[in-house]
Amino acid sequence: MTVISILGFILIIIGLWGMLTQKNIIKMIIGFSIIDTGLHLVIVSIGFIKGRTAPIISKAVEGLDTGKNFIDPVPSALVLTAIVIGLAITALMLVYAVKLFRFKRSLQIEDFEELKW
Amino acid sequence: MAKRFITLLLIALLAYMFLPFIVEVDETSQLNRVAEKYVTAGPLELGAANLVTAVIVTYRGLDTLGEIVVLFIAAVGIGFLLRKPSKKKIAAPKRSSSEILRTGSDFLIPLLILFGVYIFTHGHLTPGGGFQGGVVLTSAALLFMLSNTEARFNKQLTEVIESVSGIFYLIIGILGLILAGGFLDSRFLQLGEMGRLFSAGAIPIIYSIIGIKVGMELIGILEKLRKEEI
Repeated sequence: MTVISILGFILIIIGLWGMLTQKNIIKMIIGFSIIDTGLHLVIVSIGFIKGRTAPIISKAVEGLDTGKNFIDPVPSALVLTAIVIGLAITALMLVYAVKLFRFKRSLQIEDFEELKW
Repeated sequence: MAKRFITLLLIALLAYMFLPFIVEVDETSQLNRVAEKYVTAGPLELGAANLVTAVIVTYRGLDTLGEIVVLFIAAVGIGFLLRKPSKKKIAAPKRSSSEILRTGSDFLIPLLILFGVYIFTHGHLTPGGGFQGGVVLTSAALLFMLSNTEARFNKQLTEVIESVSGIFYLIIGILGLILAGGFLDSRFLQLGEMGRLFSAGAIPIIYSIIGIKVGMELIGILEKLRKEEI
């Protein structure tokens, strides 16, 4: 696969490591965002075809066969959707962090012991 | 120690899961059939120069409607979680913004609004579109919030504009159902000449509505988060 997808997988692994090892809730949310970014890179790299260009008709591709010169537009469209959803989810998680901080005046995960066993 | 081991194990398993993707999957050299159809028939059927926009707004219009609903639900959830003000109020010390920020934002805010509107009205021609334009509008609002710490956005107004644009989006979708091929079909208006601002049927209208809706939604979220005193 391309270098971009390998980079995306590395980002996903780094993000998961951050979510599992960090104790601060904000840092966990940052880990989630890193996973999100890595996933976007992987999806975009799936649609990429070597030697082709972005699916936008301009002077540069005028008269050429669009089916042989454009990359796949569907993964790009999916990533656009995923970025917006990721933004919404991140905002919602940050608001949960605000709520948790109000409840315990702390953002360290060790201070939330109610569901610990 | 056990915790660290489990973490390492999980990460190693995840990396192992990705291995076939990297080793076995070959690079694609051809478009699949769906993409082939979108790329070859898209410019002729819809008249949009940016084919990603054609996929988002018309071919997968229902997905975009769902995406907007998800964004709306997230905004509603944020409003629901922050509905009660905090009991213990520890307000951060207020101080007015600096001279540099105020002067800079006076210069930048009109340009940012213009740029946002440009991005979402030209979504069918150039890279960009409703979501990106809406976010640029939100960045103008954020700069305004940072430079004028006392001023408040009218929450009712942003909510009304957002709801009205949502209703218009659905009305345009139903118009496509009645006048053209199906729900959210953008071909009920003239396709026009490719490359012009007023071309590609209803795509610029739909994307402008999406841009306004997303912008107002995110400004609403910012406003809700700002007045919080933690």
